[in-house]
Amino acid sequence: MGKQYETVIGLEVHVELATKTKIFCGCSTAFGGAPNTHTCPVCMGMPGSLPVLNGKVLEYAVMVGLAANCEITRYCKFDRKNYFYPDNPQNYQISQLYLPICRDGYVEIETQDGMKRIGIHEIHMEEDAGKLIHDEWEDCTLVDYNRSGVPLIEIVSEPDMRNAQEVIAFLEKLRLLIRYLGASDCKLQEGSMRADVNLSVREAGAQTFGTRTEMKNLNSFKAIQRAIEGERERQIDLLEAGEKVMQETRRWDDAKGCSHAMRSKEDAQDYRYFPDPDLTPIRISEAWLSERRAALPEFRTEKMERFRREYKIPDYDIQIITESRHMADLFEETAAICKEPKKVSNWLMGEMLRLLKEEEKEPEDSGISPAHLAALIMMKEKGEINGTAAKEVFEAMFHTDVDPLLYVEEKGLRLAADTDALQKVLRQVLADNPGSVEDYRGGKEKALGFLVGQTMKVMKGKANPGDVNRMLRELLQR
Amino acid sequence: MANIITDETIEYVGILAKLELSAGEREKARQDMGRMLDYIDQLKELDTDGVEPMSHVLAVENVLREDVVTNGDMRQGLLANAPGEKDGMFTVPRTFV
Amino acid sequence: MKLTDMTAVELGRAIRERKATAMEAVEAVFSVIEEREAQLHCFVTLDREGALRRAKEVQKQIDAGKLSGPLAGVPAGIKDNLCTGGMRTTCASRILENFVPCYTAEAVERLEQAGAVLIGKTNMDEFAMGSTSETSAFGPVKNPWNPAHVPGGSSGGSAAAVAAGECFMALGSDTGGSVRQPASFCGVVGMKPTYGTVSRYGLIAYASSLDQVGTLCRDVTDTAALLEVIASHDTKDSTSIPRRDTDFTASLQDDVAGMKIGIPRDYFTDGLAPEVRRHVLAAAQALREQGADVEEFDLSLVEYAVPAYYTIASAEASSNLERFDGIKYGYRAGDCQELHEMYKKTRSEGFGEEVKRRIMLGSFVLSSGYYDAYYLKALRVKALIRQAFDAAFAKYDVILGPVAPTTAPLLGESLQDPIRMYLGDIYTIAVNLAGLPAISLPCGLDGEGLPVGLQLIGDCFEEKKLLRTAFTYEKARGMFGNCREVK
Repeated sequence: MGKQYETVIGLEVHVELATKTKIFCGCSTAFGGAPNTHTCPVCMGMPGSLPVLNGKVLEYAVMVGLAANCEITRYCKFDRKNYFYPDNPQNYQISQLYLPICRDGYVEIETQDGMKRIGIHEIHMEEDAGKLIHDEWEDCTLVDYNRSGVPLIEIVSEPDMRNAQEVIAFLEKLRLLIRYLGASDCKLQEGSMRADVNLSVREAGAQTFGTRTEMKNLNSFKAIQRAIEGERERQIDLLEAGEKVMQETRRWDDAKGCSHAMRSKEDAQDYRYFPDPDLTPIRISEAWLSERRAALPEFRTEKMERFRREYKIPDYDIQIITESRHMADLFEETAAICKEPKKVSNWLMGEMLRLLKEEEKEPEDSGISPAHLAALIMMKEKGEINGTAAKEVFEAMFHTDVDPLLYVEEKGLRLAADTDALQKVLRQVLADNPGSVEDYRGGKEKALGFLVGQTMKVMKGKANPGDVNRMLRELLQR
Repeated sequence: MANIITDETIEYVGILAKLELSAGEREKARQDMGRMLDYIDQLKELDTDGVEPMSHVLAVENVLREDVVTNGDMRQGLLANAPGEKDGMFTVPRTFV
Repeated sequence: MKLTDMTAVELGRAIRERKATAMEAVEAVFSVIEEREAQLHCFVTLDREGALRRAKEVQKQIDAGKLSGPLAGVPAGIKDNLCTGGMRTTCASRILENFVPCYTAEAVERLEQAGAVLIGKTNMDEFAMGSTSETSAFGPVKNPWNPAHVPGGSSGGSAAAVAAGECFMALGSDTGGSVRQPASFCGVVGMKPTYGTVSRYGLIAYASSLDQVGTLCRDVTDTAALLEVIASHDTKDSTSIPRRDTDFTASLQDDVAGMKIGIPRDYFTDGLAPEVRRHVLAAAQALREQGADVEEFDLSLVEYAVPAYYTIASAEASSNLERFDGIKYGYRAGDCQELHEMYKKTRSEGFGEEVKRRIMLGSFVLSSGYYDAYYLKALRVKALIRQAFDAAFAKYDVILGPVAPTTAPLLGESLQDPIRMYLGDIYTIAVNLAGLPAISLPCGLDGEGLPVGLQLIGDCFEEKKLLRTAFTYEKARGMFGNCREVK
C-alpha cells in the first residue's frame, strides 16, 4: 500500500477588463483590428511616452475586490516588473507588487462536503502583453501589440483548493461574480480569463507544503482538470522515486497531455520590482468607496432568495436563470410587462437555453428584449399564434430582436379567429362525423377532442384550438 | 574595497540587463561597481529608521483618464523605425521552440 | 546692434516691430554655426532648410497678427532627448542613431506654438548620463569660452550653442544638474523648474522621478519668457501639476528688499575652488546691498545627496532603458539567430560605457536581496534631504550657493574617475531629489577666463521668487562678457 497524497492548489487568474480603452492610453481594446492598428507610442513603449491610468480600470478592480470580500487598499501604487520579452514593448510590465488594490478576500464554493471558502490573497491591476506569431516561412517571430496594454486584473488565491473540481468551482464562481459586475466576459477559450495553476503535493496529514510548480497555458476547464491530474501524478512519481520537485514554471500541452519546464539560462526570474515613477499613487476615499459599494449589483445568492419569494417558479429554474445577470434581468423585466413569470421562465429554460447551447453563445450575446419577449408571450397566451409559430418568432428575436407583432404579420403566422371560413369548416366537420356528434351529445366529452383534432387537421394547424373548442361547443349545444 | 564584485555577479547582472561585456570591460565593470557600492555604502551612516521611502516627491495623487478612445490608427508612423517588419508586424528572432 | 548680440526677447521685439525678420534671424544663427560648429559640435542634427521654411510661416503669422508672443520668430535649439516629430532624436546614442519619432514632446510643441523656430537638436551626454557632454556617441561638445575645456553636461550642446550664439535659447533637461551645471560652465542662465511644471511627455526618460525639462538662455528675462511658454499642465503626463502661477515674466522685478536668503555653510567646504567661492560670495554681497537679508546656515546631509542620487537614478535608468532592445526602433545588431543573443549584442554595441555602467549598477541595486539595502535606503535618505530643505525654507525664501565646485574642467579629465565626476554634481543633485526649482546664472570669470555660476534654489512652486532674485542680481552685476567672438 503506497502513501496517500494530498494535492494543494492555488490559482493566479488573469481577467481582461471590459473597458473601451487600454489601461494607460486611449487606444481601443476592440478585438479583430489589423496587426498594430490599435497602438500608440504609449502601448508600444516608444521613448518619451508616458502612461496615464484609465479610471474605469480602477473602478472595475475595486468592484471585483468588493464582490470577493476583499480589503480595498486605500493607498496603492503601481510597480514595474522588469523582464525582457518581445511581447512586452517596454521590457517591463506595469503591475502591482507592494501595494495591490485588493487584499485578503474570499469566495465561497459548493463542494461535495458543503460550502467551502477559498481565500483571495490579493487582486492587482496590470497591463496585458502583445501577441507573438510564429512565421514558418521566414522562421522568425512576428509581434503585434494590439493587445499590449489591455487592462487585466490578476486574482491570486490562497492555496486552499485540493482537487480539480474545487478549482473549477472557484473559477466558475469568479466568472459568475465578474460577469454580474459587467467587468469582463471571462471567456476562457478567447483568453479574457486565464488561469495559472500553482500545485504541490504532500503526504496526507503533513503540516508543511511541498515544493510547488506553476502551470501555464490552460485554455479550458478540461485542460485545467487534465493538467491538475497530470501534474499531481508527475510530482507523486518524483517523490516516490526519491527525487525532488523543482520549483519552476511549466507549460501544459493539452494535445500531448503533458507539461514541460519553461526553463532558460536567460531567465533569471528576478523582476526587480520598484514603484513606477511615471504613475502617481492612488488614494481611495471613503466616499468614493461607498459609492462603489452602493453601485454593486444584487449578486446571485440574494437574487435567488428574492426570486423564491417573489415568483412562483421552480427552484431549478431560479438556479439556472440566475446563473447570468443578463438572463435574470431579462426574466424580471419580461415578467413585469406580461405578468406571467412562469411562462417567461418556461421560454428561457426551453428555447433560450436550447439556442444558447446550440450556438455556443452567452445570454448577453442574444439581442432579445423584454418588451418583445413579453409581446410574444401575450400573443401566444391569447391564442393568436400556435406553439410552432411562437418558437419560430422566438428564434428570430433571439438573433435580431425583431418585433414579434410585425414578424407574425409579415410571415402570416396569425391564427384564424372566429371567422366565416372557420365556421364553414366546423359545420363540415360536424356533418362528416355524425357519430361523434351523437357521442358528445350522449355525454361523451372525449368525442369533442376528436372533433377539434379533425378541425385542426383541415385548418392545417392555423387555428386556435381554444377557439375551435369553444365554437364547437356552441354549435353542438344548438 | 569593501564590496567585492565577482565575475558571477557581473554575469548575473548581464543577464538581467541584457548586456554582454568583453573580458576587459568585465574587469573594469567589477572594479567600477565595487567602488560605486563602497561609495553608496556611506548612506548606511544615516539612521533612517521610521523614515518612509519617498518615491514621489510631490503629493500628486489619483491622476486618472476617462475611458474614451482617443487614438486612431498610427501604425505607419510607429512601424517606420522598425529594424525588421513584415505584414504590419515587428520581426524578431524566433521565440518558439 | 547685430542680431546675434540680441537676447531672445530683444530679437522677438525687433521682429514684431519689423526691424528684423524670422528668416534673417535663422540666417544669422546659421552664419555663426558655419563659423563655429565644426569646432564646438553643439548639434547632433541641424536643419537649415526646415528652419527657413518654418521661419517664413512664422513670419507670415506674425505679419497677419496671429502670433504676437515674445518669442515668435526666435531660433531655438532642442536637446536631443526631446522627441521632435519628423526630426531625428538620438539621445546622442548609437542605439537611437536613426530614430525619427512620429510624435513631438509637449514642451517642444508648446515652444513651436509660441512661434519659436527650431533649428536643430543639441548634442549631449548619451541619454543625459554625464556631466561633461563627452559621453555623446557622436563626439564631445567643446566649451565656447575655451575649446580645450568641456561645456559641462549633460545639456552641454544646448548651453554651448546659446553661449556661442548658434541659437538664442535652448531647451535642456535636468536630472541632477544637467541644465544648471553646463549653464554655469558656459556663462549662460539655466533654470530647472519645480518637478511637474513642464510636461515630461516626449522627454526620453533617464530617471523619471528626477527628470525635468529646463531652459538655457542668455539672461533672466529670456528665461522667464521661455519657461512661461513651456510650463503647462499636460494630461499625457501623470506627474504634471496644474499650476496657475506660471506668468513668470511678471516676476521680473528689480527688488529683493526683505528677501531672506540663506547660504548653506556646508556648501563652502574644502572641495570648493577658491575662485568659485569668492565670486559666489561676492554675488551674495551684491544681493545684500540690494536689500536682501542674507545669512549663513547649516543645511546638513549635503554629502549624502550624491550617493542617494546615483542609486535612485541608476535604478530608474536601468528600467527606463530596457525598451531599447532592437525590436521596435533604433539599432539592432546584425546576424543574430537567437533572441537573447540579439538583445545582448544590440544593447552592448548600442550603448556607450557610462550608460552601461549605470544600467549595471541600477540593475544590481534593484535585484533580489539588494533592493532594501540600496534602493529603499536611498529613497529614505531622499526623504531626509527633502526634510532638510523644508526646514531651510521655513526660514529662507531662497538658498544661495555655487553651482559646481570648479569651473569647466579640461576635456578628457573627468571620465577617468567616475566618482570624482559624480562629486562635481554635489550642489545641484539634492535639488532634483527634493523636486525644487533652481536657477544658475553667471557671476564672474576665473583666472583662465572661464565662467563661474551662481545657484539660487527656491522652495517648490516658488520660481517667481527665484526669478526676481536672479533678475535683481543680474541688474546689479551688469553686463556679463560673452564668448561670441571666435578666439
